Amino acid sequence: MTTVAHQPDAAPVDQHRDPVPASAKWRAGWRRGRQLTGVVPFFAFIVVFLVIPTLVVAVGAFGSNDGRPTLDNLSALGDGYIVDAFVRSILLSAVTAVIGAILGALLAYALVTAKPDGILRRLVTSACGVLAQFGGVMLAFAFIATIGLSGFVTLFLKDQLGIDLYSGGVWLFDLPGLMLVYTYFQIPLMVIVFLPALDGIRPQWREATESLGGSTWQYWRRVAMPLLAPAFLGSTLLLFANAFSAYATAAALVSQGSPIVPLQIRSALTSEVVLGQQNLGKAMALGMVVVVAVVMWLYAYLQKRTSRWLG
Amino acid sequence: MTFQERPLDRDASSVGAAGGRDTVPTPTSNSVAVHLNGLRRRFGGVQALDNLDLEMAPGELIALLGPSGCGKTTALRVLAGLEDADSGRVLVGGKDITELPANRRDMGMVFQAYSLFPHLTALQNVEFGLGLRRVRSAQRRERAGAMLDLVGIGTHADRYPHQLSGGQQQRVALARALAIQPQVLLLDEPLSALDAKVRVQLRDEIRRIQLEVGTTTLFVTHDQEEALAVADRVGVMRAGRLEQLGPPDEVYQRPSTAFVADFVGLSNRLPGTVSGDRVEVLGTALPLVPGAASGIGSGAVNALVRPEAVDLAVDPDGRGRVLAASFLGPTSRVSVAMPDETMVVAQVASALLPELAPGTAVRIELRPVPVVVEAA
Repeated sequence: MTTVAHQPDAAPVDQHRDPVPASAKWRAGWRRGRQLTGVVPFFAFIVVFLVIPTLVVAVGAFGSNDGRPTLDNLSALGDGYIVDAFVRSILLSAVTAVIGAILGALLAYALVTAKPDGILRRLVTSACGVLAQFGGVMLAFAFIATIGLSGFVTLFLKDQLGIDLYSGGVWLFDLPGLMLVYTYFQIPLMVIVFLPALDGIRPQWREATESLGGSTWQYWRRVAMPLLAPAFLGSTLLLFANAFSAYATAAALVSQGSPIVPLQIRSALTSEVVLGQQNLGKAMALGMVVVVAVVMWLYAYLQKRTSRWLG
Repeated sequence: MTFQERPLDRDASSVGAAGGRDTVPTPTSNSVAVHLNGLRRRFGGVQALDNLDLEMAPGELIALLGPSGCGKTTALRVLAGLEDADSGRVLVGGKDITELPANRRDMGMVFQAYSLFPHLTALQNVEFGLGLRRVRSAQRRERAGAMLDLVGIGTHADRYPHQLSGGQQQRVALARALAIQPQVLLLDEPLSALDAKVRVQLRDEIRRIQLEVGTTTLFVTHDQEEALAVADRVGVMRAGRLEQLGPPDEVYQRPSTAFVADFVGLSNRLPGTVSGDRVEVLGTALPLVPGAASGIGSGAVNALVRPEAVDLAVDPDGRGRVLAASFLGPTSRVSVAMPDETMVVAQVASALLPELAPGTAVRIELRPVPVVVEAA
C-alpha cells in the first residue's frame, strides 16, 4: 500500500543571513517602546493597588506591632475562631460556587439554544453583565427590603399566607443568608464566564457522533461533557474566588459577629475592643491571598486546556 | 448486520468493478445502493429540494455539484438523517430509512472542517464509532490503526487534532468515517477549507481510498474540477433539482442545459442561428447537443462554446484582434475581439503565446463539437 504522508512545507533555512543593521534594531526597539507606552497606566495601577498592598500584607504578616520579625501572627491563624472563619468562608464560597455554577450553566445552555442574535440572548446576557456586579450595600439592602425581618415579601407571606420565614431563626444575617445573597451574583457571573465555552461547542461534533451511531446521551457523556468539564470546573473556581474575596455584601448584611474571614480582618483592623491586631489581620489577608492564588492557578490551568479545545 | 460480520478488507477486483472509471456503474433496478425518491425540503421561502430523484449504484461515487444554495448539502444531510425532508423517501439497499434517526442509518460522514473531537487523539477519534458499536478494545485499536494507515497518517495516531494540519485532520475524519464500515460514505465539501495543493493531493487520496474500500459515496462540492476529477458520475444541481447527472466527460462535453454548460467549465456565449440539428456560429455549422434546441426552435440563439473548441491562427487578414492573454501554465486563455464586438475566449498552448501579442490579427475556427444553445 502506498501511503502519502502530508508534510507541511518546511521554511528554507537562510544560512548566510545579513547582519541586522544597528539603525534597524534601534527602530524596532523604538517601535516596541512606543507600543508599551499605552499599557504603562495599567501596570502603574497594578503596582500601586495590587503589588504594593500584597507586599505590605506579606511583610506585615511576619512583623510584630513594634516592627520586629515574628511568626506569632501566622501561629494565631490556628486559633479556633480564625479557623472557624476560614472554614465558614470556604464553605460559603464552595456552596455558592457550586449552586451558581449549576444554575448558571443551565441558564447559559438555554441561551445557547436560543437564536444567537435573538432578543432573549441579548437581554439575558446584558442583565447578567449588570447583575454579576450588583453586590455590596445595594444588594444587601435589596434582600433586606424584600425578605428581611420587615421585608414586603416576609410580611406578605406572614400576613396573607401565615408563613413565617424566620420561624427557625434570623437566618438572613448569618451564613445561610449570605449563601442566598451571594448566589444572586454568582449565577449571572457563571453565565458570563461559561457562555463562551458553550459557544465553542461545534454542531459538527454532535452530528459526527450521530452519524457514527451515537445517541444524544452518548454525545453528552463522551463528547460535550469531557470538553466542557475543564471550562465548568474553571468557572466554578472563579466563582469560588469571587465569593471568597467578597466583602461589601457581607459587611452590609452582617452587623453582629464576624462569621467569615473578610469580616474577621475588618474586626482585626478596626476593633476598638482589642487593639494592636493589625498584623494579625494582615496574616489572615495573606492566608486569603494564598487560597485565592491556588484557586486562580487552577483556573488558569483549566482555561488553557479549554481554550485549546473550544477556542 | 454487525460490524464483526462485515470484513474490513474487501476483494480489490470486485471493488474495481464496482467503482473504477473504466466501468462506470449505472444503477439497475436490482443494484441500487441508495435511492432518493422525490425529496422535497423547504426552508422558509427557499425550496432547497424540489422533487429530487437520485439513484446510486453500489460502490459508486457521485459528486453533487452546484452553486451555493442549490440544495446539494441539504440532499446529503437528508440522506444522513441530519435533516428531515418535507416529503419523499430515502432508501438504502432497498430498505426505507426515511424515518430512521441519523444514529441508526449506518453512514459515515466527513464534514467541511473542525469535526474531529478535540479532546481525543487521532487514534481515539477513529476508535470512537467502533466504541459506540461495542467493538472490543484490542480489535478497535487494530482497526483504527489500519484505517489511519489507509489514509496515510498512521504515524500521527497519538496526536491531537490541534497538532495536525487541516489536511491531516481531514484524513483522520475520513478514517473515522470509514472505520465503522458504513453502507454509504457522505463527504460534505471535505476539501473546501484546505489550501490548493493539499486539496488536490487529498482529492486524489479520497478517490484511491474510495476505490479500495468500495463504499458507495456521495460527495458534495461546489468545485467543478474536484467533482470532475473524483466522481463516477456528476450531478449538477440547480434550485433543488438535478439539471444533469452523468459521467464527468459527458457533463462537460455534452451539457444538457445552458446552465450546466455555463456552470461546468468556461463557455463563450456566441450569437448563432439554429437550423435543424445544427447551429451556425461565426461561419461554422456546429452540431447541437440532442434536445438542446427544444423549446427554442429555429432562429437566433446564443451558442455556448468551450474555449478549447476555439482554434486561433495568426492571419493578417483575420477578423479577430487579440485583446489580452492569461497564462495558466501549460495552456493560456486568449481573449479575441470580433468586428461586431463579440468577445471570444480561446484556450491555446502556452507555447503559442509569443505569437499572440495584443493587437495581433487572428482567424478563428470552431471545432465541430456538440454545443447547447439558449434563447438570444
